[in-house]
Amino acid sequence: MIDQHLSVLLVVLPLLSAPITAMLNRANLAWYITLIVTSLCLVMSVMLLLDVSSGQVIHYELGGWAPPWGIEYRIDSLNALVALIVSGIGVATSLYAKRSVENEIDATQIALFYATFQLCFLGLLGICLTGDIFNLFVFLEISSLASYALIAMGSNRKALTASFHYLVLGTLGATFFLIGVGLAFAATGTLNMADLSVKLLESQDVQLVHTAFALIIVGMALKAAIYPLHLWLPNAYSYAPSVVSIFLSATATKVAIYVIIRSLFHVFSYEYVVNTLLPEVLIVMGGVAILYGSLRAINQTGMRKMLAYSSVAQIGYMIMGIGFLTKAGLTASLLHLFNHALMKAALFMAAGLFIYRVKTATFENIKGLGREMPYTFAAMIIAALSLIGVPGTVGFVSKWQLLQAAIEQQHWTMVIIILIGSLLAIVYVWKLIEVLYFQQREKIRVHGVQSGSEEFGRSPLTMSAALWMLALMCVYFGINTDLTMSTAQSAVEILFAADGGQR
Amino acid sequence: MDYILGHINYWIIILLMMIGLYTMMSKPNLIKKMAGLSVFQTGVILLYISLGKVTGGTAPIVAEGFTEYSNPLPQVLMLTAIVVGVATTALGFALIVRIQEAYGTVEEDELEKMDSEV
Repeated sequence: MIDQHLSVLLVVLPLLSAPITAMLNRANLAWYITLIVTSLCLVMSVMLLLDVSSGQVIHYELGGWAPPWGIEYRIDSLNALVALIVSGIGVATSLYAKRSVENEIDATQIALFYATFQLCFLGLLGICLTGDIFNLFVFLEISSLASYALIAMGSNRKALTASFHYLVLGTLGATFFLIGVGLAFAATGTLNMADLSVKLLESQDVQLVHTAFALIIVGMALKAAIYPLHLWLPNAYSYAPSVVSIFLSATATKVAIYVIIRSLFHVFSYEYVVNTLLPEVLIVMGGVAILYGSLRAINQTGMRKMLAYSSVAQIGYMIMGIGFLTKAGLTASLLHLFNHALMKAALFMAAGLFIYRVKTATFENIKGLGREMPYTFAAMIIAALSLIGVPGTVGFVSKWQLLQAAIEQQHWTMVIIILIGSLLAIVYVWKLIEVLYFQQREKIRVHGVQSGSEEFGRSPLTMSAALWMLALMCVYFGINTDLTMSTAQSAVEILFAADGGQR
Repeated sequence: MDYILGHINYWIIILLMMIGLYTMMSKPNLIKKMAGLSVFQTGVILLYISLGKVTGGTAPIVAEGFTEYSNPLPQVLMLTAIVVGVATTALGFALIVRIQEAYGTVEEDELEKMDSEV
């Protein structure tokens, strides 16, 4: 009985718990609820992934209304993989959140913070699972509105302007997406993605369809922070509370990229996309994003801003893989989606621990901190090596795949750019290591906090545990690639299946 | 001329959207930006309503003497979109209030100047 409703429970559970958390308004209780809900969601998404791993598709009709009239949740390997990323990172973030939130958020707002966090979590899961394109828009707005509120809770006042910019640009992106959906609806009369793909195939050459395609892709590209639409990202991630940076950097843009992949292959079709300009644009923008993001990352003076620009670069790798429009390219993109979530979350967690210790993560103030916090530093190094793509870590697996895909397509410029990107990553990662380990500690006291004093002398166990969990997963999935690889491959098979995966 | 008059609702919608977009991009005042955003969203709502209208169709309630009905689906969708729009506007204004408290201004150029100083 529960089995059948798994797909919708993933969304309903946090939807119920969020208002309960807000109404109870008790800080500690809120954290327990969040941890339990995210853990249950993780268990459910693992069960979903196992259910669809052999290639079948789960259809769930909401309220018993048959699609295309009712809303349908349609789950295959691709959805299940992205849902697993979101819920996995959700658990790790909740575990990490307790002490970090106590430290950064005003005590009266903690319960509301967790309620908003659950809403954001549910929105992202909903985007992954739904098979109805308007329903997707609604979930997109739920997660976006929650994330604007979360970002604005940052302690620096710049968090407010960053959040406002994100609100304006994010709403613009979502509205573009909505216009695109409206035009697609005008052309076909349906909102169900599977139904849309069949009907759009019949009316490919209509002007309306081209416009719808352009608006949907541009709208989602804004959400995914694809260069040159990334402007909201660096400030939003670097001034948000640590927990929010961790969660959003690992999930929000990934989910938007998932929507792009889904739209390209299951709303519009491979035959349609391959005849447009888009694949070339994605490849070139991916290449530019890698170079631009990495170069800007090198110039930053704060750890979190550096990581944010590095995210812009890493998104470049993902969309380049999509742009190749081959099985190898897409497999690389999906792998990188999963892998980047692990390593970027781990890196932002390390930054969060530094903030916990000295209230800030600018390079000036964290000089030599690596020697004081050897365990945090070691875990951070593992994640940072993964960001470069050192063999034995997850970063290597996906970059290697992408490189092979580029060579297969004989895009030699892109091969060189991928390699240069890794070299630039070495530069900014080295800069971070140099600051943390090789420079002398100048100021012992920062913002009135005595380092080594009793209160801040130790990193809280929950925070370190979450960080190490992700760092070890970076290594584990770098050596044992069976699970991620087979899931990514079966997802790609479904994407390229001639019938659009309608089984 | 017929082409313009025949699609008059769409022309007005496009005009509305462009007014909204232009306001958002050109005005430094954050409140005016939010106003532009709302106008833009209203344009989209009207677009959907136009899509569902069938010439000569009535409200989709089964009754004697009526055979043609407008499509109710876009109107239902727009109820959701209006709710989303209201939430966005409310959150935007809440942020503006907080920005005013923290910076003492809601002009974007002044905000940027203050941000780059620190």
